Amino acid sequence: MLLSRASIWLFRRPFRPRLFFDQMEFVGVGSLPIIMLVGFFTGAVTALQAILALSLFQQQRYVGFGVGVSLARELAPVFTALMITARAGSGMATELASMRITEQVDALTTFAVNPVQYLVTPRLVASALMLPVMSMVFNVVGLVGMYVVAIVSYQIDLGQVLALFRWGVDPIDYMQGLIKAFFFGITMATCACYQGMNVRGGAKEVGLATTRAVVSTSVTVLVLDYFLIQIMNVFFPYGGA
Amino acid sequence: MTEDLTRRDERWQIRIRDLHKSFGAQHVLRGVNLDIERGKINIIIGGSGQGKSVFMKHLMGLLAPDRGHIFVDGQDIIGLGDVAIAKIQRKFGMVFQYAALFDSLNVVENIAFPLLERYRLPRKEVMERVRELLTRLDLARVPGVEQKFPAELSGGMRKRVGLARALIDRPQILLYDEPTTGLDPIATKNVDEMIRRTADDFGVTSVVISHDMASTFRIADRVAMLYEGVIVANGDRREIMAAPHPVLKEFVETSGAVSLSGGPS
Repeated sequence: MLLSRASIWLFRRPFRPRLFFDQMEFVGVGSLPIIMLVGFFTGAVTALQAILALSLFQQQRYVGFGVGVSLARELAPVFTALMITARAGSGMATELASMRITEQVDALTTFAVNPVQYLVTPRLVASALMLPVMSMVFNVVGLVGMYVVAIVSYQIDLGQVLALFRWGVDPIDYMQGLIKAFFFGITMATCACYQGMNVRGGAKEVGLATTRAVVSTSVTVLVLDYFLIQIMNVFFPYGGA
Repeated sequence: MTEDLTRRDERWQIRIRDLHKSFGAQHVLRGVNLDIERGKINIIIGGSGQGKSVFMKHLMGLLAPDRGHIFVDGQDIIGLGDVAIAKIQRKFGMVFQYAALFDSLNVVENIAFPLLERYRLPRKEVMERVRELLTRLDLARVPGVEQKFPAELSGGMRKRVGLARALIDRPQILLYDEPTTGLDPIATKNVDEMIRRTADDFGVTSVVISHDMASTFRIADRVAMLYEGVIVANGDRREIMAAPHPVLKEFVETSGAVSLSGGPS
């Protein structure tokens, strides 16, 4: 319901571009340090584990391929969604819940401003647009983490790693990740705004709303991930098979 | 003879008839009947949980009743569409219990918000109206007040900024939701004076929800009491003080602020 109302209000006047840019900055730019930190170590740890497994067959040169595909299809969109939920989703729920209990949302209505259009729509659009962007940042930084472990620490041949990366990782893998990140962004903003806008009571309920927003988004993202993989496997069969 | 509520009445600006509202099993308003007098300070008193705030939110269409009618200048606002209700809402300004200022906006942006959202006015004209209100509400003498954020203001100042925001679009009716809650006696007296002065200077109809008896009998022109979802006492201040309803009498005497036999203490 909230999602459909927020979507409808996107196309109604007045348009308030400043609110959209503010939210894009909050969701995207504000999350950049945490995404880069987590992305780097995710790439590095995945590379470490892949090298350990591949060394059984003396095929460590496949590390770029393995880490690249894992990041593009799964790790980048899911970890980005979870990290941004922890940072921006919780912030959205807390801010809206505080506005609700201090009657700021009612105040908007008294000025004939629709609270869904003013508060929810910009957060929804910003999340849907910025999660794919941040997911790509996660991919790039994750590959840097992989490079540091594989090339610098384990001194695997860069040429072979790159060649196998190019051979194994397809643009469709990145597209799947971006599509998933888009839906995760919508999920996060909807859960966070719903919990924030529907809070009743005082400070304790604000805290509970934030907790519910983070937990419900995290669970929904993981469940949705499973179904999105199933759907996308129909449209983009893995390896072109 | 039945009264025609759909005609604009010179004396009564808002006329409420048989207003009912329930939240689940809780029947909050059980048939409220009340007339609000034009240009006067109308105070609605009642204990906590008696539905005062719910009633007030109905007046400007923030809540829809289960049953009943609210006529504003002869127009029934119940069941109106978004555009029509927005037009009615422009007649109202509301001062919230804790001011409800937007945390992310400074004082000027808060006060200018209704104008910027409703009209495409030149920035210079908006700023002129903001500065005029800051002066009239004694806020202009606070150094740097224009750029302060709500968190940097005292309770009394927040109320004034909230009032300025409610007044900027020149409303005909001002609603105050428990304006003196949480204020010390001096700040309470200042807010009372502010309400009186605003009613006199701007000529607005004031509807005040309160449980502060001292304030009520200091500034009210008319007093109504909401008890168990209905209006049990209603009249001008002298009428109410001369012949109080038993529930009102108990309520007032328990508060200790006013002696009903002899006027304000």
